[in-house]
Amino acid sequence: MDKNKPFAQDTSRAPVSQRINESDAAAGGVKKKKVKITINDLELEVPAGTTILEAAKSVNIKIPTLCQHDDLCLAGVCRVCVVEVEGQKTLQASCSYPVFSSIKVNTYSPSVRRARQNIIQLLLKNHYGECYACSRNNNCQLQALAKDYKIDEYKFGHIDSPKYEKDISSYSVERDMNKCVLCLRCVRTCIDLQEVGVLEAVNRGKNTKIATYQDKPLNDVVCINCGQCINRCPTGALKSKDPAQAIWEAIDDPQKHVIIQTAPSPRAAIGEEFGLPAGTSVTKKMNTALKRIGFDKVFDTNFTADLTIMEEGTELLLRLKKALVDKDKDVALPQLTSCSPGWIKYIEHFYPDKLDYLSTAKSPQQMFGAIAKTWYAQKYNIDPKDIVSVSLMPCSAKKFECERAEMNDSGFQDVDYALTTREMAGMIKECGIDLPNLPESDFDDPLGVGTGAALIFGATGGVMEAAIRTVYEIVTGEEVPFEKLRIAPVRGMEGIRTAELPITKAVKAWKFLEGAVLKVMIGHGTANAKKIMDMLCRGELDGYHFIEVMACPGGCIGGGGQPIPTNAKIREARAKAIYAEDEGLPLRKSHENPVVKQIYAEFLKNGPCGHLSHKLLHTSYTPRGKWIGKKKKSS
Amino acid sequence: MTNNKTQRKGPVVFSDIESLSGLKKALELGSDKVVDIIKESKFRGRGGAGFPTGLKWGLAAAENEQEKYVVCNADEGEPGTFKDRVLLTEYPKLLFEGMIIAAFAIGAEKGYLYLRAEYKSFLAELENELAQMRKDNLLGNNILGKEGFNFDIEILLGAGAYICGEETALIESMEGNRGEPRNRPPFPVNTGFNGHPTIVNNVETFAAAVHIISKGAEWFKSIGTKDSTGSKLLSISGDCLKPGVYEVPFGTSIKEILKMVEAKDTKAVQVGGASGTCVPKKQFNRLIAYEDLSTGGSVIIFSNKRNMLEVAKNFLEFFEEESCGQCTPCREGLPVLLEAVDALERGQCSKEYLKDVVNLTETMQIAAKCGLGQSCPNAFVSIINNFKEEYSLAKINKKEKR
Repeated sequence: MDKNKPFAQDTSRAPVSQRINESDAAAGGVKKKKVKITINDLELEVPAGTTILEAAKSVNIKIPTLCQHDDLCLAGVCRVCVVEVEGQKTLQASCSYPVFSSIKVNTYSPSVRRARQNIIQLLLKNHYGECYACSRNNNCQLQALAKDYKIDEYKFGHIDSPKYEKDISSYSVERDMNKCVLCLRCVRTCIDLQEVGVLEAVNRGKNTKIATYQDKPLNDVVCINCGQCINRCPTGALKSKDPAQAIWEAIDDPQKHVIIQTAPSPRAAIGEEFGLPAGTSVTKKMNTALKRIGFDKVFDTNFTADLTIMEEGTELLLRLKKALVDKDKDVALPQLTSCSPGWIKYIEHFYPDKLDYLSTAKSPQQMFGAIAKTWYAQKYNIDPKDIVSVSLMPCSAKKFECERAEMNDSGFQDVDYALTTREMAGMIKECGIDLPNLPESDFDDPLGVGTGAALIFGATGGVMEAAIRTVYEIVTGEEVPFEKLRIAPVRGMEGIRTAELPITKAVKAWKFLEGAVLKVMIGHGTANAKKIMDMLCRGELDGYHFIEVMACPGGCIGGGGQPIPTNAKIREARAKAIYAEDEGLPLRKSHENPVVKQIYAEFLKNGPCGHLSHKLLHTSYTPRGKWIGKKKKSS
Repeated sequence: MTNNKTQRKGPVVFSDIESLSGLKKALELGSDKVVDIIKESKFRGRGGAGFPTGLKWGLAAAENEQEKYVVCNADEGEPGTFKDRVLLTEYPKLLFEGMIIAAFAIGAEKGYLYLRAEYKSFLAELENELAQMRKDNLLGNNILGKEGFNFDIEILLGAGAYICGEETALIESMEGNRGEPRNRPPFPVNTGFNGHPTIVNNVETFAAAVHIISKGAEWFKSIGTKDSTGSKLLSISGDCLKPGVYEVPFGTSIKEILKMVEAKDTKAVQVGGASGTCVPKKQFNRLIAYEDLSTGGSVIIFSNKRNMLEVAKNFLEFFEEESCGQCTPCREGLPVLLEAVDALERGQCSKEYLKDVVNLTETMQIAAKCGLGQSCPNAFVSIINNFKEEYSLAKINKKEKR
């Protein structure tokens, strides 16, 4: 895939004319024809269809932007990026002005400077709230604009009381529309990038606002909690629900045994919150930080990711056996992965009659929760009611997942709090801990042992790769035939990928698979999930056996709880960090995890998909459909 | 029955014409020639922006695509404009003939009439007309025996938003989206309805085009001024004895118009609707023409009894509600202008603050996303500039600007 190609391009439902680079086609498909553009006396040549903004960026001329986002289709609504184009009566939005013929551009002429000043003033006028009481303080594009343009007074006044009530109904995403500047990034994220369509602008003129269906609380609409809107909001209008206060209270309570599991993606991204470049893995420093904060044990979600592979992989093999040997026509194949809680809520809302296809295996977070309050508690003689189980996740949907009513198979709420990478960084900073300069330390035993296969869960295609490493070996008795275990066909950032793996020989138990070709598919971002599900509904995926779906673009490393900003480059850097760390680990196949072997030997004695596994590690789903919530009271 | 209050005589649209003479001539001439004649006549769009129609049709005709669309913009929403209503109710066949000619010229097989929701009562009559035209082989396949020329027209209703009169917002609305102007370029002539080449023209444009094809470019150029050929339908309202729809040749002065409609004690004339210019008495020699006072047809007359700040306020309130709300200058700027009018009315607006606000109007005029946003401060600006005697500035110390 063209690395510069925005993620939304293939999936966008935006009007054709507003899709990035679609204008290329509009110009009669004059691909790669070069045109001259002069920006502030600097002459350069760019491919026809390049926007003024892109052209300026390529020669390090900075044009301020607000509504523009690399992942999203064009909007051209904030007008902050206006520039002067010679011969045009009006200023042009550089983000959405494609260059097709030779033009001269001035990016800071007097009228441009005046216009930008005025526009920033207008944006600030109705932006309620103060910077120092905001979760996005120092990481806010509006604040940065005000700073760059030296705004030191509100020329046209400033709103002094909130207009809207905060919506804190959702377990995952909080909306404070008083801070909204109507850049429509969340709308474009929700409608075009993710194709969920929960948020849209309603009303006109000064009454315009971003709303849900019938202005219902977020909890009562089909929001999947992916949090991608949070990652793209330029201000603090959208944020994740932060449980830090409750976690502090637990840590401060000597009665409580507070444990934390950390998912693979935060360790590859949390450094960004401390000024490190994207793609810097800080696993062992993070461990030290978490211990210093006061967590009693620092564990690794990778342990249960390995467990997930054992359960989900076995489930797949059992389904295949049922279908191929027992000729059971009702077996739901292909099997769909179930690790991504955003994806789970998506399928529950939009394809409620297809839930059978989902693996029943819980996500690694929830498996961990169930194991921590059972096996771990018994083994170390801790009363599970005193265990406070916290997870560090790249994800806002995990917050909803741990609150699901069915997630209490340990007899307690399996996971008590899900913290995002951003929120964790906040806790670390609150303690004055300088993460980049900490000494390194290991995870604690016994739930701190994970393999490289589990680590790569963080990137799109990772679950599939981990599963193949294990399933292939179980079936054939041999390691996957890929150099350094790099299963390249399932890696990458393309929206939907497919791969085939011939099984040339098989061990006795799986003899029926000999000669079969394992067909798999990987999709990330729910817009691609939608494409996959539509194919499934049309019966076009009959030959496929296993499909990995992640709700977020890029997989978990692009999750809704990860550091802001996000873009394709950043996500790629994080993924690279994860793959690199995998290759440095001694154990890289889930079935080789010694603690996984141990737990099957001494606790989950019937093995993967056995009786106790089923009770603790598997779950069921809720067909939610699109009509939820209470009916609006007639007033 | 709609009472149109029309003076039914005029140089172009209201002149006599043999039914279907335009279409028959067009079919005879061939599509290239039709575009040429329109180009040669220097005909410009009658919706208000004045884009050269021949150029628009030529660009669409040059697009090498199977699917193209002709759209008639009947979302007549500019305050004080009601001339399209006359054409829709009394000359629907002329209008549809114009659309058929346009379709022939650019190679379109489908046309849409985008009718504003408030004109819903015309729908049945217009549908009847289309049905009759289908019977008469004026719509359908091989129109009037012209092998391979297939075209039909469908009527779509708006939902009551002023902004949908802007052509790209209109297209968005047609596609079922929220009516918001698009980024331009690309323009509708290459990426219009559902991504296909589309021409959007005003009702009057289609009606006048029939006359041009029928009677020739030279005839058309003999009417009006050098740069503004032909005539303009005006909807004249306000403080006068004979309001109504008039057709005047371009180059007619405000003074002549006032005389025609018997207006007395006129203080100001708003030309071009809420987004147009407010012309003070001393400028009544100015002309209706693209090079002077460009207008979509709205002329509103204000007598000496009117308070111009109130006029400005009225227009701004209209826009504040009708702005689509997507771009910052228009959405956030209009409330500021209204606050300024308020402060002026209370005598609490300082010179400095007014200067900031006028500076803001310039930003709105050059930085807003669409024509509406760019023109919405016009009336305010001309009233502030031309009617200084109607407000006094507060002498407040510079720090507290208001």
